[in-house]
Parts: sequence; C-alpha cells; structure tokens
Amino acid sequence: MALLQISEPGESTAPHEHRLAIGIDLGTTNSLVATVKSGMAAALADELGRPLLPSVVHYGPPEHGGHVEVGYEAQAGQSVDPRNTIVSVKRFMGRGLKDIAHIETMPYDFEEGAGMVRLRTSQGVKSPVEVSADILRVLRLRGEAALGGQITGAVITVPAYFDDAQRQATKDAARLAGLNVLRLLNEPTAAAIAYGLDNGAEGIYAVYDLGGGTFDISILKLAKGVFQVLATGGDSALGGDDFDHRIFCWIIEEAKLKPVSPHDGRLLLTHAREAKEYLTYHGVAPITVRLGSGEYVDLKLTTEIFAGITRTLVQKTLQPTRKALRDAGLGPEEVKGVVMVGGATRMPQIQQAVAGFFGQAPLNNLDPDKVVALGAATQANLLAGNRAAGDDWLLLDVIPLSLGMETMGGLVEKVIPRNSTIPIARAQEFTTFKDGQTAMALQVVQGERELVSDCRSLARFELRGIPPMVAGAARIRVTFQVDADGLLSVTAREQTTGHEARIEVKPSYGLTDDEIAAMLKDSYSHASEDAFRRALREAQVEAQRLIEAVQSALREDAQLLSQLERAHIDACLAKLQAVMIGDDRRAIDEAMDALGKGTAEFAARRMNNSVQKALSGRKVEELDR
Amino acid sequence: MTSFDLNFARQDHFQLFGLPRTYALDGDALERLYRDVQARVHPDKHAHRGDADRRIAMQWATQVNEAYRTLRDPLLRARYLLHLGGHDPKIETNTAMPAEFLMRQMELRETVAEARAAGDAARLDDLHRQMRKEMAAQHEELRRALDEAHDYARAGEVVRQLMFQEKLHSEIDDALAAVEA
Repeated sequence: MALLQISEPGESTAPHEHRLAIGIDLGTTNSLVATVKSGMAAALADELGRPLLPSVVHYGPPEHGGHVEVGYEAQAGQSVDPRNTIVSVKRFMGRGLKDIAHIETMPYDFEEGAGMVRLRTSQGVKSPVEVSADILRVLRLRGEAALGGQITGAVITVPAYFDDAQRQATKDAARLAGLNVLRLLNEPTAAAIAYGLDNGAEGIYAVYDLGGGTFDISILKLAKGVFQVLATGGDSALGGDDFDHRIFCWIIEEAKLKPVSPHDGRLLLTHAREAKEYLTYHGVAPITVRLGSGEYVDLKLTTEIFAGITRTLVQKTLQPTRKALRDAGLGPEEVKGVVMVGGATRMPQIQQAVAGFFGQAPLNNLDPDKVVALGAATQANLLAGNRAAGDDWLLLDVIPLSLGMETMGGLVEKVIPRNSTIPIARAQEFTTFKDGQTAMALQVVQGERELVSDCRSLARFELRGIPPMVAGAARIRVTFQVDADGLLSVTAREQTTGHEARIEVKPSYGLTDDEIAAMLKDSYSHASEDAFRRALREAQVEAQRLIEAVQSALREDAQLLSQLERAHIDACLAKLQAVMIGDDRRAIDEAMDALGKGTAEFAARRMNNSVQKALSGRKVEELDR
Repeated sequence: MTSFDLNFARQDHFQLFGLPRTYALDGDALERLYRDVQARVHPDKHAHRGDADRRIAMQWATQVNEAYRTLRDPLLRARYLLHLGGHDPKIETNTAMPAEFLMRQMELRETVAEARAAGDAARLDDLHRQMRKEMAAQHEELRRALDEAHDYARAGEVVRQLMFQEKLHSEIDDALAAVEA
C-alpha cells in the first residue's frame, strides 16, 4: 500500500480519469523524470527547460538555514564544500565501507552503519537512502507541478545487476520521498521498451548500458509485444566515473603532483570529466588547472592515451557480455541489434569495442541519457491502468544473481539460479546437524561463488522451536519468493511433526514500514493535523481505486458469481462507499479489507477463466478492454 | 491465508498449458502458450487492481514460470515425467554408470582442465559445443525411452548420466569465465 501521496486536502480525483504516473531514472550522475502525455513519453524539464537533474545533493550549514540543494545548484557548490556535497550517491546504496572503490580519494566523512555506510554531513548523519530520497523528492515535485495533480505511482529504474540490498535501498528511498512505487524496473529493460516500441523491433537484442557508476548488459527476445529478458550480467561498480578516475590518476602522475586536498581532488575530477567529454568529438583535450596548493597543471590528453589508460575498463564490460550471451545460449552473431544506453557509451573506444565484439555497428538512434526514463514512464503508464488499444505488451524479467543458503562448512546451496524469470518461488529442504537440535541459524546469500564468504550475505535469521529429534531427521523447508520487483522474501518451516515453526524475513538492511513512516514524519515540519489529513486522503484514494477495480470486474465477469455472492460483494461495496466520504481512517481500512476478502474468490475465478481463454486461443483484447 | 480455487493447484505442468504428457514437445507451441498465459496472469497486468487480484496474479505468474522452466528444459522435463509416473530415478543412491560413459567423461574432464590451465578459450568453446552435441543425443534417447519404449529404468539411467554431463557443461562455463577474466 502506498505510504504517502500528497495532494491538497479536499482536491478531488474524478473516477476513470487518466491516472498520473511517472517514470524515474535515478542515475549515478544524472536523474530524470518522464511521463506519458497524449500517448507519448517525454522527459519533464525544470523551470529553466533542463530535463537532467544532476544527482548531487548539498547539505548547507545549519547556521545559514540548513538548506538542502539538489541538482545544478548543488553541483555549482561542490568544489567549495566537497565534504557536504554528495555526488554519485548511487554507488553507496546498499553498500558497506569495504565495498566502495577509491574510497580514499573521496572527500566524505564516512561511518559504517546498519546495512550500508553513512555520511556525516553538516546536517547530521545521512544514509545513502536519505540522500537519494532528497533527489527523488525534487523529481516528484517536478512531476506534480508538470502534471498538475497527485501522482498515482512511479516506476523507478535500477541497474539490472543491482543485488537485493541495492534494490531494497532504492525502493526505500522512493517511499521516503513520498512516492508510491509501482515497480522497480531494470534500466536496460526500460531502454529495450523505449527502443522496441518505437521501432517495432522483433528478434534478439542486446542492451549495452554503461552509466556513470554501473554497467549492465541484457539480452532480450522481442516478439509479438513480449519483452523477454533471456539473460543479464554486469558490474554494479563500473561506469563513466571510473574513466574519470583513470584520467585523474594520469594527471597526478604526469604532472607529478603531491597528494591533493579534497578540494583540489574534486577540482581535478571535474577537469578529468570535462576532458573525457571533450574527447568524444575531438582528438586532443587540453587540461589546465590552477590548484589550491599553488601547483599548476598543463597537459594534453589525446584519444590514444585515453584509450590506452582505459583499455582494461573497456575489457571489463566485454567479460559480462560474453557471460550473458552464454547464459542465453547464444553467440554474438545471433544478436540482431545492440542498443546503446548511458552517457558513457558516447566514448569512441566503447563504440569501437562493442562494434568489434558484435560484428555490427551499435544502435545510437536514441538519446542515451533519456531512453531509460522514457521506458520507465511507458511502463508506469501501463501499470497505473492507462492502457490504450495496442498497448498490450508484457515484460518478463529475470534476477541477475543466484540466491542460496549457507550449508555446513560455509558452502552455498543455490536455491534460485541467476537469470530465472521472475516472479519465482523455490523451496529447498534442510536438516539438523546434531541430535536434539531445536534451533537453526539460516543465512541467505546472493552471488555466484561456492563459498559463503565470497557471496553477499542478505539475511541471517534463526528458526526456533524445532522439536528435538536425532540429527538429520528434521525437515526444514525454506522457501524463497522473488517478486516482480526482483525483491526476495524467505519463509522457513519445520514439517515432519506438523509442528509449525514458521518465520518470514525480509533481508535485514531494508527499512521497516514503521521506520519509513517515522522518517517521513520527521521530514515534514507540518503540524500533525496535516499528517492526519494526508493519511486520510491517501486511504480515500486507495478506496476509490479499489471500488473502480471491483466495479470494472463486475461489469466484465458478473456471471461467475452466484446471486448470494454478488449480494455480499455489493454490500461490501456499499459499505466502503458509505465510510470513505467520512474521516474515519480505520473504518475505511476495515471496509477495504472486507471488500478485498469478499472479492478474493471472485478474483481467483476470473483468473482461471482468463487463462482458459488464453489456452483456447481467444484474443487477448477481449478481456482487457 | 485462505487458499482459493486456482486452476493450477489441480493441474500438472502439462495440463496447465493444455499439452499432452509426453517427452517430445513442440518448443514453439510451448513458448507461445507461455507468453499467452503470462500475458493474462502477470502481476504487471493487475498492478492497478486490488490486493487480492495482485496476490493471485503473483501466485499464478510464479506457477506459470515454474511450469515453463520445467517443460522447456529436456532434463527437467524428463525428471518431471518420471516423477508424475511415480518412477524414482534414484539420483542420490544409484551412481552406477557404464564404464564407457565414465571413460568419456573423464577424458572430457581432463581436456577441460588442460584447456583451462592453458587459458585456451577457443578450445573450451569447442568442448562446450561438443558437450551440447553429446547431450542432444541423450535427449533423443530419452524421447525413445519415455515416449516409445516406456522403459523408465532406461530413462532414469539417461537422466543420471545427463546430470553428470550438465555439471561438466557448467564447469566449462566457469572455466571460460575464468579464462576470459
């Protein structure tokens, strides 16, 4: 359920209206928001007409009012106050201190925190989730201003190679920013949607997505409106930033600089990035910088030198590309087209490497900065229920990394292999090691290696209350369920004796609903009256949505119900309609719950019926009017 | 949670797609049916509906993915058919294999180890292809044993061998990844 949707109290949403939905590309370097207006996906620009929002957040000093600046204005101040100006926060999402590359060159004041690092800023300790939420909030407000109303929901994109911790962190950030997350969507898949729908593409396509801080490769099969991801691979810590860093190191070496201050470091990185971008269209980039230390840098970086110092980075992208193709059971020659995504794919050495590998010129006819947001907006529009005729496409995505359990000796037993189509559920049985053992420690890991120590630990939990038995007699059934967002939940249960010791866990780094609610409350300085009205308004919107869905189901399939069943549903509907105009939040929740329960069997029958129609070869359009 | 009358709970994977319960299978038809059914049950198609619909959609989509994954893969399909027929291939306990088969596997294993040590990606690629060919022959043998001869003991034997071969096949994958790194 949506945590928070903001609109002016009293503002009404007419039924059957076009639902406002947005797609957000939360990038390492830049972020974007897009929406579908009159059938066309378009990026939304700020008041100065700029669609990109640099993913930079500046926490200003409390003595000057404690402003939070996001985007260009934060970027402008980054060399003045580097410690409190957070760039590329995406690299820290769901990551501990030891996971972060080049941490010694970063100007931040890090500390280790639960599940991921924290940053000490002039406005207190911030988690990467909070910093990302500050970026998302600006985009949400931009969306609301442009669309002139309350947003039903958002699709947020994540790198396909993001693991469970990184996905959960992204979802938490979106909720913290007051967004109802319709779906987390993989970035290359979003690009494939935008490309495929625009070009009516059919066949096997590869999406090569090199962003600011992440690399993804996805192999998809496009056929008759179905986008099926066959395999995905990547490196969630490889991107354009690393190319900047290579130039940065080259400058220090060539100019024989002494260890640089945080301020000079940021200055040099900015110049490195500019040189990289300049080389896309020129053969030589001049680099001249006067440092705070008084040192002077005057260098010329040629395309050849740049290609030379970044060759290993380029090769690092081809390795997962080979692996993904092999996982899909395909050779490079079977790929019909290679869609290029992400600003970093503009670099000539990337273009050449990809062309060489696939034996064909890559497809560059989409704006690599915008295509992901446009695909996300298209998906958001569909998920919100704004389906137009001909919009009947479907997305089948996969999990990027295998999920497993620790067994004796620190080994990993894979439960769900990588590249499994989601949603997926898989159960595995484990047993006790000692006679009379009544508890069991379970560790859930993600990764491809055989040793637990080489994989990422997602959750540790204990199953207690196992009846004492001889070693090996207990049967503990552990079920993994991965939903359509690629997020995992785990259930464990002892089943020999019928005694149910059942536990359900979400991986531990995710914030609970209560924590999010508390953080949200803190972040709004409004009186509690406003918070109350907002919650009420949210329940009313939710109730209205449910009523519409049930009414539309009744129009289509009322014949599946007996008179008695129909009467019960009608009564539940009437009850909800009666209470939703009042201000009793609990009564609305209860009536919604009753209507949900009262229509569950109906929903099950509708689904059975729908599948039967598919099997008997009827047209899909009949049902999805 | 109350369980509802969902069709898939009463059906095996073949019935779910309305396909005959045989090893031989029209892969294109399976894929088409999978897409058609998934187009109706997938959570994305029900994202704007109530909780009950979304939960049922997730259960259906999960089951449809599982059925498709099982039927599409020749080894999993054979094991599933044996399971449906009540024939246990005794994967854990019966490790007996013909000497000739074992010799061949050892030979291949050695070649893989050599190629890996030498960093010879082209050789590993060749072995990968070779393995796939040998496995395809086993799939044909499974079809004969299951659909024609109804010789489930023989099918069980081939299943055990194929599991061996698939493991080696994935080891070649790992070797390739290591060599290319």
